Amino acid sequence: MDWVLRNSGLVLELTREHLVLSLLPVLLGLVLAIPLGWLANRRSWGRTLTLNAAGFLYTLPSLALFVFLPPIIGTRILDPLNVIVALTVYVLALLVRTVADGLSAVPERIVDSATAMGFRPVRRFLAVELPIAVPVIVAGLRVAAVSSISLVTVGSVIGFGGLGKMFTEGFQREIPQQTVAGIVLVLLLALVVDALLVLAGRLLTPWERAQQPTAGRARPGARR
Amino acid sequence: MNHLGWLFTGANWTGPEGILVRLAEHLGYTTLTMLIAMAIALPLGAWIGHTGRGGVVVVGLANALRALPTLGLLVLLFLLVGLGLLGPLIALVIIAVPPLLAGTYSGVRNVDPAVVDAARGMGMRGPEVLWKVELPNALPLIIGGIRSATLQVISTATVAAYVGIGGLGRFILDGLGQRDFGAMVGGSILVAALAVVADLLLGGVQRLLVSPGLQQTAPAGRRPLRLIRGGAAREAEAA
Repeated sequence: MDWVLRNSGLVLELTREHLVLSLLPVLLGLVLAIPLGWLANRRSWGRTLTLNAAGFLYTLPSLALFVFLPPIIGTRILDPLNVIVALTVYVLALLVRTVADGLSAVPERIVDSATAMGFRPVRRFLAVELPIAVPVIVAGLRVAAVSSISLVTVGSVIGFGGLGKMFTEGFQREIPQQTVAGIVLVLLLALVVDALLVLAGRLLTPWERAQQPTAGRARPGARR
Repeated sequence: MNHLGWLFTGANWTGPEGILVRLAEHLGYTTLTMLIAMAIALPLGAWIGHTGRGGVVVVGLANALRALPTLGLLVLLFLLVGLGLLGPLIALVIIAVPPLLAGTYSGVRNVDPAVVDAARGMGMRGPEVLWKVELPNALPLIIGGIRSATLQVISTATVAAYVGIGGLGRFILDGLGQRDFGAMVGGSILVAALAVVADLLLGGVQRLLVSPGLQQTAPAGRRPLRLIRGGAAREAEAA
């Protein structure tokens, strides 16, 4: 705590860098995951293709991905863009499955009623199916954001990792306090972002509160 | 892709700091970690799942660990324990236990209560229910936990090269120090390949061990219907 107060300037700067490096990929990943999740939910080949690709990408170790992206995407080896692209890949791999699951859990009768009311496919997707899938998507988004906030720190080994710099500096100068402060700050950041996502999810789905809390969760027909 | 030359240079594969030795080290760390972590987590997870006590803690722990930065943990243990294998090993075990615990716990916990009731009705006792019914039914999730823990450990063992241990991460870090990008890219491809192969092998193990009755990948909501249909078909055949 003492260490943080004495170095508040550095800590703030690193926190800012950390948030950009970890949350930009979450945003990019989400934007890409929605159309791919739609595809996975619509076509069986789309499902096989996207889910297998996602599973494969998710197995790749983070440090390895940070390093072998540059020759593929044409960046230099010490470029923060590598960290952003690598994390976007992880977030995407995680969220494609979540979005597909969320969409497939939308009750068919709701989709049918929307169709009967004259919704065209695109508008029906954006105005009916996607909002109903929000709770599932938010659950995935929380996992993705928290993992991303923690994974970014690995990037500091190759030069860019936000608060991860507290670990590399703590290591080089053998300051345990700095390392502990770094761990605590990363955990706090993850906690705050997680809470904000829960809140955002609630605000986006006012209808969930109108129902009984448990009844909204259970899939109709799942228990028989 | 001129960086790939490093991988295809025979001299890089042999010798005391060659690829083969580093690969063996990496596998060694991973295996050792997984054995220790499984010895801790599998019995504990099965017990928690069987009795239902402490489940909230397990789930919370598994979630909290996602936020724990592995590099910070490695550095902290290095500063506390000192140079050597012990610090990284403790860190790796800490990272491996929660997914194993969560997989085993939720596997045992999510066994269809009707199946457990049926086992009890047939006169099985607590331990028998656990060994003959709950664990076999929980196997897909248990192996799922082992798979994700193994991937985490392979990935973190790479990062652990930063605090001085061997393994494939050495190529990435030493390559960075010497500006040898060929070694960095080559090393990272090897780690990725190791992770993919390990996951495929464990997937194969899963297919071999899990009872064929549990291998359907249909969504949970649809399964009871299938079983009924299968049963009806068999009855029809018998008639």
